[in-house]
Amino acid sequence: MSLPSPLFFLTLLPLIAALFIMIGAPARLIARFASIGILAVTIDLVATYPFSAGGFQFISQMSVSDALGLSLSFGADGLSLAMLFLAAIVTVSAVWVIPPIKTRENLFYACVLLISAGVIGAFSSTDVLFFYAFHEVALIPTFLLIGIWGSGDRQAAAWKATIYLGLGSFVLLLGIIGLYLAMPPSQRTFDLQTMQALAADGSLKPAHWVYWTLLLGFGTLISLFPFHSWAPQAYASAPTPASMLHAGVLKKFGLYGILRLIVPIFPHSILATRIPLGFGWSISYLDLFLVMIVGNLLYIGLVTIAQKRLDWTLGYSSVMHMGYIFLGIAAFNQLSLSGAAVLMVAHGLSIAALFALSGALRERTGTLDYAELGGLAKPMPLFGLLFGFATMASVGLPGFANFPGELMVFFGSFGTSTDILKHGLSSIQIVTIIAVWGVVISAVYMLRAYRNVFFGTMPERWARLPDLAPIPRYAVILLILVLLGIGFHPQLLLSYVTPAILLP
Amino acid sequence: MNPIYLEVFVVTLGIVMLMVEAFVASTDKRYLAYAGIVGLAVVLGASFFVNPGAISEHAPYAGFYTADNMAMLFKRFSLVATILVLVMSIDYAPIVERFIPGESKGAGLGEFFALPVLACAGLMWMVSAIDFIAIFVSLELVTISFYVLVAYLRRSHTTLEAGTKYLILGALSTGFIVYGITWIFGVTGQTNLAAIAATLPHLPAASHTALLFGFGLVFIALAFKIGAFPFQFWIPDVYQGAATPIAAFLSVGSKAAGFIVVLRVLQPFLGFAPLTGKIEWILLLTAGATLIYGNLSALPQRNLKRLLAYSSVGHAGYLLMALASLDVLFAQGAIEFYLVAYLMMTFLAFLVMAVVSTSVGGDDISHFAGLARRSPWLAGAMLIAMLSLAGIPFTAGFLGKLFIFAVAIQAGHWWLVGLGVVTVACGFYYYLLVVRAMYWQPAPENAPEISVSIAGRISMAALAVLIFVVGIYPQSVLGWLD
Repeated sequence: MSLPSPLFFLTLLPLIAALFIMIGAPARLIARFASIGILAVTIDLVATYPFSAGGFQFISQMSVSDALGLSLSFGADGLSLAMLFLAAIVTVSAVWVIPPIKTRENLFYACVLLISAGVIGAFSSTDVLFFYAFHEVALIPTFLLIGIWGSGDRQAAAWKATIYLGLGSFVLLLGIIGLYLAMPPSQRTFDLQTMQALAADGSLKPAHWVYWTLLLGFGTLISLFPFHSWAPQAYASAPTPASMLHAGVLKKFGLYGILRLIVPIFPHSILATRIPLGFGWSISYLDLFLVMIVGNLLYIGLVTIAQKRLDWTLGYSSVMHMGYIFLGIAAFNQLSLSGAAVLMVAHGLSIAALFALSGALRERTGTLDYAELGGLAKPMPLFGLLFGFATMASVGLPGFANFPGELMVFFGSFGTSTDILKHGLSSIQIVTIIAVWGVVISAVYMLRAYRNVFFGTMPERWARLPDLAPIPRYAVILLILVLLGIGFHPQLLLSYVTPAILLP
Repeated sequence: MNPIYLEVFVVTLGIVMLMVEAFVASTDKRYLAYAGIVGLAVVLGASFFVNPGAISEHAPYAGFYTADNMAMLFKRFSLVATILVLVMSIDYAPIVERFIPGESKGAGLGEFFALPVLACAGLMWMVSAIDFIAIFVSLELVTISFYVLVAYLRRSHTTLEAGTKYLILGALSTGFIVYGITWIFGVTGQTNLAAIAATLPHLPAASHTALLFGFGLVFIALAFKIGAFPFQFWIPDVYQGAATPIAAFLSVGSKAAGFIVVLRVLQPFLGFAPLTGKIEWILLLTAGATLIYGNLSALPQRNLKRLLAYSSVGHAGYLLMALASLDVLFAQGAIEFYLVAYLMMTFLAFLVMAVVSTSVGGDDISHFAGLARRSPWLAGAMLIAMLSLAGIPFTAGFLGKLFIFAVAIQAGHWWLVGLGVVTVACGFYYYLLVVRAMYWQPAPENAPEISVSIAGRISMAALAVLIFVVGIYPQSVLGWLD
């Protein structure tokens, strides 16, 4: 038997580190080393990915049950590598920004590493069931992290997020079972590539309910409106590394799943199916999906503006930004899909930076209420500068990775001109116009947050706040540098992701 | 070797244990439990060397007894369950001594260790029974052993209440099964299940109702054993009152053997076209109601034993879901897999609970507060059990649910699947309640030290590891099924 894929060891690395930490090894040291190890291995994989061959590389397969077509198989193509890179970067910065933990340090670090193991395992699995399973593993450490070390109404937040996500992922599991059963009995398998191949040659024709269970299952995990209400509360209450990893990486699991399971397997024409509403009215799948997206963009956008605390603003903003990515997926053309993939990475990095900084702020001030903050750029100039960068990235200022992503989504989706309505615009074009206004909304709340925290009059008690310590500083700078790098040279990322999501 | 010797050995072991208890004076009765564990382990080992083909067609018991793959798997299952019960009983012995009036130390312990062995023999016969007479006799052997075991802690009021309830309802269900068998016998003239199946097609249409009535009575009696709605009322009270190892035994051994009997009894009737639809409806409704009742009632529980009792009703609901989909090829395999997973996770939970409640003095969820800091290993084992019961991936419980839902989707029982999704979410809540107590909440002041016997430690570690092994490599169990 040949050596398992390096991806297998990459998944094992945080697991083993977490195990050692649980047994009693020095938590902080081991976690930091493990995170660096993860990043090193990931960069090595990204650098050595053979473009000429393309497709899934670093493959290894261990059969678990031949009868079921289930195997523990690893492999990565450009898209998985991009997500793995995101996971590795955010893991490193999440582990390194952790402030000294007063109680039960070992359990804390072990939980953070377990979340990381879950996402890395999910992004490097090519078996759909294990892909699902790895994601769900992250659920329990999140529950513990929020419940034990969270802030605010942590218990309610932990319960809500866990049960919501548990239910969402169970719906998703039904969708996966549906895909599995839709295959001809002799060919049933959970292998992703075989599934896609069977879909391509027409022998996998899943029913429409499978489409909806998958979409709603993944949608719940991504906080698609109206299944989003777990997210802001959980992110606001979770300790910093948990919200960084969850909002930054774990949430991208759902989007990644849509790009892997829905986009290639279901024919595009499914979106044109109409649901009768009675009285001669009907709505197409696409339009229903678009209504949800508008909910994410406009409704959640306006809710975000109304927030009075920084952590809730960030929590809601991460829900809202999912709208752009959904739009890119709904538009279903090459440009917008690539844009969605770029946005996935960009949003992950920028929200992680924002949560890292807001966590550091909470640690200093003990509050994130706008009414109590202000003028903090004076005592903490560097903090203010970095927060400014992260804010600009999140708004989508040119130069940051979010900008090319949004631009591609908008161009792509506006260019989709199927199903033109009476007044000359297709429904997706109308939503694109709304989405562009969404950029204005996000500028409003992010700049408002920035102003409320860092400018204006400073309450006297904040005059002596210490600026960022070196280690968290570099952790955030790392995130921002990557954002800038992709922002100035998006081709770097696109050369990986586009071949992986090439439409037929 | 003829498989029938396995049961003979187990019965002999039980009788010898009783004799030793009666005639050998010794202060420490625990060696009896160890002897029982070793004896059952030997039988377990021997079960891999028996030759099911050794049962000749002309043997007097040939029409009563089968040793097919399912029977062999669940004979081993019963043996493992009994071994674990004995392991648990060793840690539980101090409580038994406290509640048994006796002059000498350790009075009454011997029977407490010997009776599970006799019940085990009954379970092993039950899973092999292919004739209504054999089913009835083995069922009674199990039930009568349990009458004694449930009421064993006779100075405890809750135990006496549990014992009385179990005795009355058990006797009632016995009445149901006997009456049902007479109706079926009256219509078909047969008690052997295969012979009944052969007779059914030749029955006049006028007797179909009588047949369905007989089947219904038998099903009611079996529903008592597996804890299906609406015959689950005894479960929480009896579990709470009975000694913890006995509750675990009831929850796993008696339920699993009950399901195997239901599987066997269903075969001829489901295969009989005029009744198929009606029986499927009975199963569907029972499954739905059991799922709802078990899971909703578990939500407000604050006593872990009652919680596990209701959750065992809930799990019976998932099993019934697959039972209602028996026309799907894999349904029987899914049930067997689920039962094996259920054995591991339930016993792990009960093992930890027995240990903790013995030292802390109660089995409310609040007694587990802060366990993660006091005994991280015990808390870790309980965490694994709860995650598996809730159905988190990489545990055996997850794959069990996956198979059941796959089967139900294939059979097209949509509303049942939808209901199942909701009850799984309920499960997340109440199993995580225990996790919350152990990990979120602080330990009470001056909490006593918790000690675990070596056998207990080995069993817990083995079960925890097995839950993951089966959860990642299901072929290890699937390979044993047909």
